[in-house]
Amino acid sequence: MNYLAALLLLVLSFSAGAVIETYEFSSSELEQRYHLLSQELRCPKCQNQNIADSNAPISQDLRKQLYQQLEAGASDAEILDYMVARYGEFVRYRPAMSGVTIVLWAAPLLLLALALALAFSVLRSRRSNDEQQTLSSDEQKQLDELLARERDA
Amino acid sequence: MAPRLKLFLPLILFVLLALFLFRGLSLDPNAMPSALIDRPFPAFDLPALQREGELGNDLLQGQVSLVNVWATWCISCRVEHPYLDKLAKAGVNIVGLNYKDDPQAARRWLQDLGDPYQLNILDSEGRLGLDLGVYGAPETYVVDAEGVIRYRHVGVVDERVWRGVLAPLYTELGGEYDAAALAGDL
Repeated sequence: MNYLAALLLLVLSFSAGAVIETYEFSSSELEQRYHLLSQELRCPKCQNQNIADSNAPISQDLRKQLYQQLEAGASDAEILDYMVARYGEFVRYRPAMSGVTIVLWAAPLLLLALALALAFSVLRSRRSNDEQQTLSSDEQKQLDELLARERDA
Repeated sequence: MAPRLKLFLPLILFVLLALFLFRGLSLDPNAMPSALIDRPFPAFDLPALQREGELGNDLLQGQVSLVNVWATWCISCRVEHPYLDKLAKAGVNIVGLNYKDDPQAARRWLQDLGDPYQLNILDSEGRLGLDLGVYGAPETYVVDAEGVIRYRHVGVVDERVWRGVLAPLYTELGGEYDAAALAGDL
């Protein structure tokens, strides 16, 4: 039981250490936007981490920049534009729709449409197979002959 | 014909997938083109590292430059430093951007290891680095004579990178250097 408690404390202490700096916000609304934006902005140095979770120096800089711009009264769109102008669409987890990123947005829909079309065609061919279970009169005659020959032999 | 073609569908899908994955093997996930390609170098007005006075964008006008982002805390910068020295000796125009560094340590580094830079822009706060979209030193930008960014290389500049990528671009933009001296020195 003691071991369990110790383990639990250890695990909890790691998550507490994950956030390095804290900022004092002038309003709770700004703080909320800070959290949303820092989760939406992607660390340029890391492969797949937002700047809220990353300890990379560049993420610290971007968080500081984000804080300063929020306090200076910048809108979300202005901040995102600022970041994209410097780091490209890469910094956004939800990139704006444009010629380059259209494939990101369209691919899931295209794949869904493709899967649905495939499913429909498979189902239809299976149903038409079921319908062909009954033999035509020619086939029935042929079958009867074969069976008769079998019986005679 | 159609039913027989259907039999090959899994094979075709497999080959397509294999091609994509094979291509992925040689892609560098860290490679990210700069958002500032073909844009003017961001405006700056920062002190020089080794002398009094401010440096501005006119520093990058009139000739092709390599802008090398470096710092003493950056281990790869130490790795590429000897090669930058060679490039500078062969006449390549290199401007340093000392990024988020201690100026004293930076000056000592240049005294000890040699100074390949025409001038060094002192960016202690990393403001210019942020405007440039720097995400990790060393980075090297090719800036043309009009002060427009033409290329960014992230990582160490070595002979392979110089010969393969930077030198052709540098020459194409009108930059001059003594290729024979560079080859002889190696």
